[in-house]
Amino acid sequence: MTDKRFDVRRLPAAATLAITCFVILYIPMVILVANSFNSGKVIGDWDGVSLRWYAAALQNDAFISAGITSLILASCAALVATTTATMAALATTRTRGFKGEGTIHLVLNEPLMVPEIVLAIALVIILAQVRQFTGYNGLGYLIIAHSAFCIPFAYMPIRARLEGMDLTLETAAADLYAGRFYTFRKVTLPLLAPGILAGFALAFVVSLDDVVISDFLKAPGQDTLPTYLMGQLRRNLTSEIYAISSLLLLISVLIVVGAWLLTRKKT
Amino acid sequence: MKIKLGLTTAIIAVSALPALAEGTLNIYNFGLYTPPDLIEKFEKTYDVDVTLTEYDSNETAIAKIDAGGHGFDIVVSSAAVVPIYIDKGLYLKSDPNTMENFKNVDPAWVDVFWDEGRSYTIPYVWGTTGVMVNTDVYSGDINTSDIFLNPPEELKGKINVVPAMSDVIDLAIYSVGGESCTTDKEVLKAARDKLVAAKPYWASIDYASFEKFVNEDLQASVFWSGASMRIREANSGFAYGYPKEGFPKWQDNVAILADAHNVENAKLFLNFLMDPENAAIVSDYTGYPNAIMGSEAFMSEKLLAAPEMTIPAEFEPEAHFQRTCPPKVQDLYARIWTDLTK
Amino acid sequence: MGRSSEDHARVADTRRRWALASPALAIITLFSILPLLVVVVYSFLSPGDFGGVHWKLSFEGWFSVLFERDIFDDTVSLSDAHLTILTRSVVLSLATTVITLFLGVPTAWFIATRPQKQRAFWLLLITIPFWTNLLVRTIAVQEMIRSDGVFNRIMLGLGLIDEPIQMMFTNFALLVGMAYVFLPLMVLPVYSAIERFDFRLAEAGYDLYASRLYCLRRVILPMVRPGVIAGSILVFIPSLGAYVTPRIMGGGKSMMLGNLIEMQFGQGRNWPLGAALSLTLTALVLVALIWYSRLTGGGSRRD
Repeated sequence: MTDKRFDVRRLPAAATLAITCFVILYIPMVILVANSFNSGKVIGDWDGVSLRWYAAALQNDAFISAGITSLILASCAALVATTTATMAALATTRTRGFKGEGTIHLVLNEPLMVPEIVLAIALVIILAQVRQFTGYNGLGYLIIAHSAFCIPFAYMPIRARLEGMDLTLETAAADLYAGRFYTFRKVTLPLLAPGILAGFALAFVVSLDDVVISDFLKAPGQDTLPTYLMGQLRRNLTSEIYAISSLLLLISVLIVVGAWLLTRKKT
Repeated sequence: MKIKLGLTTAIIAVSALPALAEGTLNIYNFGLYTPPDLIEKFEKTYDVDVTLTEYDSNETAIAKIDAGGHGFDIVVSSAAVVPIYIDKGLYLKSDPNTMENFKNVDPAWVDVFWDEGRSYTIPYVWGTTGVMVNTDVYSGDINTSDIFLNPPEELKGKINVVPAMSDVIDLAIYSVGGESCTTDKEVLKAARDKLVAAKPYWASIDYASFEKFVNEDLQASVFWSGASMRIREANSGFAYGYPKEGFPKWQDNVAILADAHNVENAKLFLNFLMDPENAAIVSDYTGYPNAIMGSEAFMSEKLLAAPEMTIPAEFEPEAHFQRTCPPKVQDLYARIWTDLTK
Repeated sequence: MGRSSEDHARVADTRRRWALASPALAIITLFSILPLLVVVVYSFLSPGDFGGVHWKLSFEGWFSVLFERDIFDDTVSLSDAHLTILTRSVVLSLATTVITLFLGVPTAWFIATRPQKQRAFWLLLITIPFWTNLLVRTIAVQEMIRSDGVFNRIMLGLGLIDEPIQMMFTNFALLVGMAYVFLPLMVLPVYSAIERFDFRLAEAGYDLYASRLYCLRRVILPMVRPGVIAGSILVFIPSLGAYVTPRIMGGGKSMMLGNLIEMQFGQGRNWPLGAALSLTLTALVLVALIWYSRLTGGGSRRD
């Protein structure tokens, strides 16, 4: 009886498959990064280790400008999405139900249901008219379009945090005749901060990840890192592509590991 | 506070972007078709900031420009689609024929059917669509569309076809004895069947990057003459074939758009392109002959001697200049294309 | 009197809540819902000669989603090309879901059964690819299977094959690409379902002399089920609408719905057909979502 004790936590097949899964996930990425250090001009021919492709990328104006566009776009979109999502989360939580609650939920989740390519084409059609009408062709369109599909991602963690929050502090503050706004600023907001931060990070990464919508909507000179990469992919298959990919990978790793370390400290 | 700061930065960033639109020029051209050193030279000469955006096909370009609000000043379009642009009022009548350097344009390229007397466009370069083959792998006749329509054993599975709808379908139509833009459905059906039957032997229908040929991942392709030359320079095994069954000849043109924001800079650019020295830079980079007299003096010996630059006399009768097909025929082409790429 | 003031308070509360939510609602309405309505309108118009639309009512776009008139004699038949692409999209998406299930569920199980302290680390390993750009991941997997890629080099090096196997631009390449790209989407929801489970239950079941199989079926499966359903939906939906991965891995030879839609707005010059295909894709996604809410809703009722 003793040695036959069944521990569901140790299914040997599961461990094998899990390790396989991690290997499958990481080998291509490791090879991608390794390739970025190849000094050879043509992909596939290993010529020794060098940083020449990183140097080339960093001296490439188009790449730098795409990087700046990406950062501005992701920051602004995440900011708009997080601000509006926080307000929406405050509106839809801690209620016993109100008129139109279901509609609000449906609208907030709508961007998750529409395939990216469909949204991209729909926006191309409608924004062409707007652009003609207003004559404005700046980054604003991309920022709001990105905000729209980032809102559900920012909304989720903020809402979750609000729902798990203890009401007593706020009630206490209200009892002490603190104004509604004062209570919000001094009590609710600090308590909500981790949720907002998580929402912002999520929205930022989702915006940074987008290829399709940016590629369809960008005006001249508005290439983002992913759309620039997509263009390069069709033209010059030099190792610079790997260098740029590795840099993008590094950004994600930094954000994810940063968030991981932050949350770990707390617990 | 942080949010306020962020918001301010955002607003400044957003409002600053369009404000840069002083001394700028937005060019919309086919991919790998604009010499970077030419752009640099123009920027330095006129203190203008050039932004280049690239597209895949004439159709994509028309769709984007026709939709409006694109922000481009200059577009490059093939002769076959120039009349569409003009009919739709998408070009600015910029009268390049009154520009200083217009005297350099070869008279043969002035009174053309797509822009009589050149009131809208100037010639860029011209070329042909044929087949490119690695002769180290296949030693048979390469001057035939059989290379991709009825491929030899050595090339099967190593062939690419560029997704240039009209060019590919025209090549197939010529191979079954028809004419471009034909309404003869028997011919169209035969061409479609031939394409569909050949598809299993193709590796891809793609704007394959040059490196795939240089590395010999792919050994043959339906390709443009100039692009083919650039690959031959990197891998001397490759050669360009002129299909004896018939092949498209085309010419690309530069025009200013009706809703351009930087018309003056665009005019400067058109005039700049008609300078023989600059036209030679274009030919050197793209591998295609231009229509500017005196530009040969600035071209390299290597370029002038390139077999891709001149159609051999024996194949000249088989070069068919590409025209605009009527919408109904275009529709049939599009359906054949869907059948092919499904 | 008191009642009406309560009503007043409720109305005021509702109004305040709507006002708070309104910026988010406005952005989504203007930049996601409204454009979609325009697509609906476009699907009922006639195609313009060279892209765009004619403002003339037509059902041709919807008709062409499934049917075609023969180039020859105008007889109507099912559109072979569109059906092939539609079937490929659905079948490949299902296959992607199955592959990710096969690898993802054991992985989630593995992570959930690690000691508390290690779990965060294993989760991090899943989160990194999850948040890495899709295009970057597609490039990474392409590097593995292209003719001159890692797989072929190893096989050639080991002498197992004489010449590289051409895998790119085939259905197989599409499948490998999508499975790789969407795998992390499966692991996370399954993990969170398992994590909530009290393993003492399964042990108790086993101690009561339940057979392993019985334990697996009656205790473990019901526990994993909600996560599996959520994960499947999270993988299936983006697979169905995939555009970037099939574009790179398919090389224009094997299209998916997303690519067919894009083509109609480019070389195909048939915007109404593109619009109708877009709505078809959206409808397929909605069907999957409704199926999902039925399944999960039904589950909770049975509980």
